[in-house]
Amino acid sequence: MNSMKIKILYFAWVREQVGRSKETVETNASTVAELVDELICRDAAYGAVFKDLSQIKVAVDQELSDLNTPLIDVLEVAFFPPMTGG
Amino acid sequence: MAVRIQRTAFDVSKEISNFSTKLGASGAIVTFTGIVRNESGTLDHIIIEHYPAMTEIALKNFTEQTIVRFKLEDAFVIHRYGILKPTEIIMMVATAAPHRQDAFAGAQFLMDCLKSRAPFWKKEVSGVQEEWVKARAKDEVELESWEHKFN
Repeated sequence: MNSMKIKILYFAWVREQVGRSKETVETNASTVAELVDELICRDAAYGAVFKDLSQIKVAVDQELSDLNTPLIDVLEVAFFPPMTGG
Repeated sequence: MAVRIQRTAFDVSKEISNFSTKLGASGAIVTFTGIVRNESGTLDHIIIEHYPAMTEIALKNFTEQTIVRFKLEDAFVIHRYGILKPTEIIMMVATAAPHRQDAFAGAQFLMDCLKSRAPFWKKEVSGVQEEWVKARAKDEVELESWEHKFN
């Protein structure tokens, strides 16, 4: 599979722990779960952030998704804690 | 149907008044207003962060779903972000329907969607202490319970 560029966004404590609000990565990941694995391999900071995946939500191209969501023709993936609006 | 995401304060009574003048078939408006709570008494302010590219899409989607599901004439949501002090108004929803039952249920459903699915995050700042507000499991349960309800 050819690698692609994906913009990744981080919000709330996920943003603080990763240490940035966004980045663009070159990836071969075919699902969100594979992207998470790639990030964890890249830097220990991601290992800490993604240690408990029950505390992480994901949106793929601005739509709430999950770890099994495929990354086909995807431009933007966002990771964040469970929402606390209202 | 309208959704607004803004940093600035707004006037609830003016919003209700503007909303009501555009209605025709409705006999009921239900509104909910969320304000900054200071349970500990030591809160300086909260900071609300959101995901701009997603927030408006999500709020419009929830509001449209609510209108269809509860046969509302109209509904709106206003949600603020940025720095807010205790007692400041964070957000409001309003629903309008021919009869009160649908207006109440619609407002509750819309709030349950917002609580667990709209991309907002609150951080509480008290002196030098900062803490992200944790999502309540009860909010998720309440949202899921709608899947088993019929109207």
